[in-house]
Amino acid sequence: MSLDKATVRTIANLARIEVRDEELDHLAGELSNILHFVEQLSEVNTDGVEPMTSVAALELPRRADVVSDGNCRERILANAPEADDGFFLVPKVVE
Amino acid sequence: MTALTRLTIAEARDGLARGDFTAMELTEAHNRAVEAARGLNAFITETPELAMEQAAASHERIRTGRAGALEGLPLAIKDLFCTEGVLTTAASHILDGFVPPYESTVTANLKKAGAVMVGKTNLDEFAMGSSNMTSHYGGVENPWRKRGDNRPLVPGGSSGGSAAAVAARLGLGATGTDTGGSIRQPAAFCGIVGLKPTYGRCSRWGIVAFASSLDQAGPMTRTVRDAAIMLGAMAGHDPKDSTSAPLPVPDFEKALSGDIRGLKVGIPREYRPEGLAEEIAAVWERGIAWLKDAGAEPVEISLPHTKYALPTYYIVAPAEASSNLARYDGVRYGLRVEGATLDDMYRKTRAAGFGAEVKRRVLIGTYVLSAGYYDAYYAKAQKLRTLIAGDFKTAFESVDVILTPTAPSAAFPLGEKMDDPITMYLNDVFTVPTSLAGLPGISVPAGLNGEGLPLGLQLIGRPFDEETLLRVADVMEKAAEFKALPAGVEA
Repeated sequence: MSLDKATVRTIANLARIEVRDEELDHLAGELSNILHFVEQLSEVNTDGVEPMTSVAALELPRRADVVSDGNCRERILANAPEADDGFFLVPKVVE
Repeated sequence: MTALTRLTIAEARDGLARGDFTAMELTEAHNRAVEAARGLNAFITETPELAMEQAAASHERIRTGRAGALEGLPLAIKDLFCTEGVLTTAASHILDGFVPPYESTVTANLKKAGAVMVGKTNLDEFAMGSSNMTSHYGGVENPWRKRGDNRPLVPGGSSGGSAAAVAARLGLGATGTDTGGSIRQPAAFCGIVGLKPTYGRCSRWGIVAFASSLDQAGPMTRTVRDAAIMLGAMAGHDPKDSTSAPLPVPDFEKALSGDIRGLKVGIPREYRPEGLAEEIAAVWERGIAWLKDAGAEPVEISLPHTKYALPTYYIVAPAEASSNLARYDGVRYGLRVEGATLDDMYRKTRAAGFGAEVKRRVLIGTYVLSAGYYDAYYAKAQKLRTLIAGDFKTAFESVDVILTPTAPSAAFPLGEKMDDPITMYLNDVFTVPTSLAGLPGISVPAGLNGEGLPLGLQLIGRPFDEETLLRVADVMEKAAEFKALPAGVEA
C-alpha cells in the first residue's frame, strides 16, 4: 500500500504530531517503503493460526484492590512544565 | 589506577573482599576513566559524586561483613532506566529535564546488591535504532577502529553507550535493554558479552517503554561469568510488572560448569542467506567447531519462518510504540511547546520533541492499528509471531541451544546506512526472531574480522534456561580466547 499525502496528514493528526506540508511528500515515500517491506507477510497462509497476544505463557496475576501507593502529589507535580495549586495546567479547553 | 578498570566483575568482587583495594579506589578509577573518554559520547549524564557516595557506603558494608553480590562495583546504566533523583532522558528531547521520583526495579535490585552507578549511558532515542545515531544527544563512537583507518565507527544500538562504556573500560559492566537486538548487536560491535534474558526474567517496571511485549533488560559485560553474576542481581519476580515471571532466580554463576558434552547445538539453515558475508560465515563455522571440540553435537535445524521475522517486528514494535509514546504530551513532564489549543500544544510538543525515526515508527504504528488496517497488518503480524515462536518450539524438541551469528556485519562508520530506514533495520535480522519468541539470547565475542573489528556469535536458549545458555557461552568464550583490546585501552 502506498500512502498519499492526505493519508499521511490523517495519520499524523491521529498521532498528534504536527507535520509541515513540505515534509509530507518525503514522509509519504518513507512510510510507503516500510509498508511495502512489511507487506511480504501477505504471502504466508495464516488460516487457522492463533494470533499471539502474549509471549509469556503466564496467567495474568490479580492483586487485592487496595491502595498501596500515593500521597506524593508534590513529587509528581515537580516534573510538570506548568502546575498550580496541586494541578497540571494546560491551555483552556472549554470557553 | 588504570589497572583497576581492567578487572572483570568477578575479579573486582574478589579483590574487594580480600582488601586488595577499596571500593572508593575502584570507583575513583572509573570516574577518571569516564572523564577521560568523553570524546566517545558514551554518557548522557555522569554521576561521579553519587558514585563516590555509594562507594563509601559499600566500603562500610564490606568492612562490616554485609557485602551484597555486586558490592562496590561501578556500573553504567542505560538512560532508559528511571533513576530516582537522576535525570532520565531516553535520549529524547521530549523528556527534557525529567527527573524520576522513583527507581526502576532493575536498578533498585542492582543498588540493593551494592552496585555503584557511574552514569547514565547514551542510546538511540527511545531505544529505536541499531547505531545510536538517533539519539538527541548525538551519536556514540565505538572505541574500536579499523586497522589503519581512524574514521569513527558506530557502537551499534540501541544500547550503544552501554556497549562502548564497557568496551572502553568505563564501567565493569552496564545495563542494556533489548527489544529486537539492542543488547546483542551493540555487544557484538564492541567486542563484549551481551545477554538478553527470557521475556519476564527481569522486571520492566520503571524502564521507559518502547514495545512492551518485547522489551527486556539484561547485562552487558566483558565476560560470560560477569553476565551471569550481574543477571543474578538484576532478575527476579516483581509484582509491579504483571509479565514478570514468578520464578526463583537460579545461581547463574554456578551453571558455568565448563561441561557441555552431549549437548545438541542447533544450526539453523535459514541464517545462512544468500549474500551472507564470508567473514560472518567463517566465524560461525569456527564457533561450530569449538562447541564440537568441547563434546557438543551440532545438528542442522530449520526455522522456516525466519525471513518473516523482520517485517513482523516492524509491525508489532511500532504498533506498541505508538501507544506507549502517546503519554508524551507536554502535560506532566518533559518538553512543552505552547499552542493555541490543547490539541495544538500536543501536536507542536510531539513534533519538536520526537526525532525522525521515532516519528516514523509512531506514524507506522498508528497506521497499522487504525480502523480498516488492523487485521491486514497488526493481526497478521501477531499470527506470524505465533508461527515464528512455533519454529523455535519445534527446534528445541531436538536441540538444547541454537548457534547463529549475532549481526550480519561488523561495526560500520558513523553516519552510514542512514539514508534508508530498511537498510538500518536489516542489522537486526539475526536477533529479532529470538525477541519475537521471547527467548533468551547471548552474544559472545568470537574474534576479529580482516579489518581488526570484533564479531559476535549468538546463542539462543529455551525459555528460562539461561543456565544452559550461559554454560555453553562460557565454553565458547574460553575456546575463542578473545583477548584483543579496542583503541585507547592499554594492553
